[in-house]
Amino acid sequence: MGSFLLKRLFQAVFVLLAITLIVAYAIRLTGDPALMLTQGAGSVTEADLQMIRESLGINKPFVAQYLEFLQSLLVLDFGRSFLGGTSVSTLIAQSLPATLALATCVMFVSIVISIPLGIKAAVSKGKWADQVIRIVSLIGLSFPNFWLALMLVLVFSIWLQWLPPSGMTDFTSFIMPAFTMAIILTATNVRLVRSSMLETLQSQYIMVARAKGLSENKVLYKHALRNCAIPLITYFGLQFGGLLGGIVVIERVFNWPGLGTLAFDAVGSRDYPVLQAVITVLSMLIVGVNLLVDIAYGLIDPRIRTES
Amino acid sequence: MLNTSQQSHQGYKEHIVPETANTPILSVDNLSVEFDGHRVIEDLSFTVEAGKTLAIVGESGSGKSVTSQSIMRLAEGVGAHYPSGHIWFESESFGTIDLLKAPLSTIRKVRGKDIAMIFQEPMTSLNPVYTIGDQICESLTLHKQISQDAARKEAVELLKMVRLPDASEMLDRYPHQLSGGMRQRVMIAMALACRPKILIADEPTTALDVTIQAQILAILKELQKELNMAVIFITHDMGVVAEVADDVVVMWQGKKVEQGPVTTIFTESKHPYTQALLSAVPKLGTMEGQPYPKRFPITVVENNEPTVVGEECIQNTADYESEPLLSVRNLVTRFDTKKNFFGKATHRVHAVEQVSFDIFKGETLALVGESGSGKSTIGRTIQQLQKATSGDISFNGKSFDKLSKSERKKLRQEIQYIFQDPLASLDPRKTIGFSIAEPIRTHNLIQGEGNIQKRVTELLERVGLTKDHANRYPHQFSGGQRQRICIARALASNPKLIIADEALSALDVSIQAQIINLFMELQEEHGISYLFISHDMAVVEKMSHRVAVLYLGQVAELGSRQQVLETPSHPYTKRLLSAVPVADPFVQRDFSKIEGEIPSPVRMVGDEPMILTQQEIAPGHFIAQS
Repeated sequence: MGSFLLKRLFQAVFVLLAITLIVAYAIRLTGDPALMLTQGAGSVTEADLQMIRESLGINKPFVAQYLEFLQSLLVLDFGRSFLGGTSVSTLIAQSLPATLALATCVMFVSIVISIPLGIKAAVSKGKWADQVIRIVSLIGLSFPNFWLALMLVLVFSIWLQWLPPSGMTDFTSFIMPAFTMAIILTATNVRLVRSSMLETLQSQYIMVARAKGLSENKVLYKHALRNCAIPLITYFGLQFGGLLGGIVVIERVFNWPGLGTLAFDAVGSRDYPVLQAVITVLSMLIVGVNLLVDIAYGLIDPRIRTES
Repeated sequence: MLNTSQQSHQGYKEHIVPETANTPILSVDNLSVEFDGHRVIEDLSFTVEAGKTLAIVGESGSGKSVTSQSIMRLAEGVGAHYPSGHIWFESESFGTIDLLKAPLSTIRKVRGKDIAMIFQEPMTSLNPVYTIGDQICESLTLHKQISQDAARKEAVELLKMVRLPDASEMLDRYPHQLSGGMRQRVMIAMALACRPKILIADEPTTALDVTIQAQILAILKELQKELNMAVIFITHDMGVVAEVADDVVVMWQGKKVEQGPVTTIFTESKHPYTQALLSAVPKLGTMEGQPYPKRFPITVVENNEPTVVGEECIQNTADYESEPLLSVRNLVTRFDTKKNFFGKATHRVHAVEQVSFDIFKGETLALVGESGSGKSTIGRTIQQLQKATSGDISFNGKSFDKLSKSERKKLRQEIQYIFQDPLASLDPRKTIGFSIAEPIRTHNLIQGEGNIQKRVTELLERVGLTKDHANRYPHQFSGGQRQRICIARALASNPKLIIADEALSALDVSIQAQIINLFMELQEEHGISYLFISHDMAVVEKMSHRVAVLYLGQVAELGSRQQVLETPSHPYTKRLLSAVPVADPFVQRDFSKIEGEIPSPVRMVGDEPMILTQQEIAPGHFIAQS
């Protein structure tokens, strides 16, 4: 297990290097920030542009810029934003908690709903409960999330006036963005839990557990669930990554002060340092979560723990 | 048929009542079971007494497992309904209850406490994510009001009872760290945790090697005596029945066809199905004194009458005058299993070590051995499904190493492989006609679509199927038919050598007997040689010319069938033969000599196994010297 994790950690470093390299290169293909900054400023000479480029540090060759970026990354210094000159680290520190809190909420809600529903569907395979769960989850799957968000705002903020329509204030402000995203994840997760549970329930040890005289809940939640947890957490781990990417849309809709909003604004103004930093932090998060998933494998399944 | 069963049922009662005067603790009364309106058990009745073993025997689809699962009410979970019947159980806490009608809350108190069950697959019947100790203690704390500490102490006692070494350390081990035989002992310990009145054993030794099977049967017998338990033993193996049963219920297509004391069933069976079943059971030792393998006529049930088909025929097909068809010299096959951080192997499976043998034209060479003996790896290496580590294999006098690409392809045509599981080895989305024609097309053996179809029909008819079957899919056939299809597919490429890897193991005995005869007929017609890989000594005795006994990847003994089976000279061969159950209830065997696990072929890199030298003790009879 130890050497397995060491290997994964090693891989993670390479993954991060590759991602930062691709991002840093690709972002520079999209346009000149100097032009962007001087837009509408009237007469701008080539010398002025050159001066701006120099002050931003983008006149140097790409390799030098990239190495500089890596160097500062080691001390978590992402430089200053092209717009306003705020420290990028400060910007990230302000918006990361909001995004993490929301994403964690989404995952939590989705898992807590989908596991019992998926198990219920598996146990009553082919019966009405299974059919209802399948149909409802298919409906959930078919909604685009921005539309769902708007509908929720319409009902709960405008008509009923129960929940704040946007921004991050107290816990009530979490409810709508979290549920909007959770509903869509839950739709897939229920099906995943159902199918891996069905497979596990075929196992001989489930019949053995029943033959011992255990209650049905013990059989399902103690003996079956832990055995189908490996494919589930693998998927949840990947899903968390996808969630961080997809959160941009929802953050825009609910005006959520998170990384998504920050990245969205940075794209518009070719703010390289901010964009690079956001993507680097996101990919570190995703790699980190997948590392946690690998550790969880060992905790759940002794066969993986005792290997090598 | 109903008549026969009722008569024998009464006869059975008369037989036992004066002897023991026990009242039954479980009686199954006119039980019928349906799945989706399809009846799988019809009017089944029998009784079980304390301290006695009732064997329920039957082939696949006879309903024997559904019967055992109905007693535990586990069959409902997979969709069973009970249109009629009662299962009366004398319970200490509830009095006489009908298990079929009792609420599930009551059933849960009976399950695991009064009636316990062990299953066929020891590899999958323990939960892989919990320790052995957790799983045994779970049963104890569930039914007895005891603390976790007391449960652990009791669990150690239980593990000692099933003769597991280092019982207290065993508690913290996980199932994957134990061998199949050890897991089955843990399973028995778990089932006996609350000293049940009845133990249901559903094919408990079928997945185990014979020497391990002998040990498990001995433990079960001993504990049954100690606890005065009733045992319901579900099996398809008449050898095991003869070994363990007091009384026998024979089931066929969901009905009880015969019932009686074990000795009566074996000597004076009345129902044609029982007679056919018994005649099909291969019995080790029946061919003593015969130099050649032999085809035997088979009894089949036709219109409820036992009918004998086929005739006795000596299988003198081997040609020892010419050069051998296949020569294997010093074959070594190893696999890396564990690697360190830098990807360097630290542990290896020494599957095959310095194995040499020949197969002649028209000859059947049997490779026998238990799990880990390397018998399947040898077959796979010859078929080039697996790369050899070193050694030489030559076919028709030409070494594999020197073959050109086209010769290698030709070799794949001349050597055919038949696997244990026929369903898994046929493409489920292709008609069987397509599957049989595929090798003909691949190797361009016959030109023209019409000629190919003619050949497919011919092959189907040769293995006992018809032309119409060609358009059907694998799932539409029974297990025996599928294996016939696999044989037809192997024949399609006109092979010189067929490697049959446990090809009969998954089949019912009556089907097995027919396939054995088919194998031998084809050998006579086409002069095919067989490498027959099997763990079943009785089948090997019936159909092989020579036998090689493998142990941990090396040949322990090699010689003619008579030499190896009648004058076994290596201690391992003797041990193996003595562990085979004999289908004769009058023979009482002593299992005490059979002890110990089969050692693992996995070794640390650098820790090479000792290579045994072969000594010829009679012409053509070799044994390994250590």
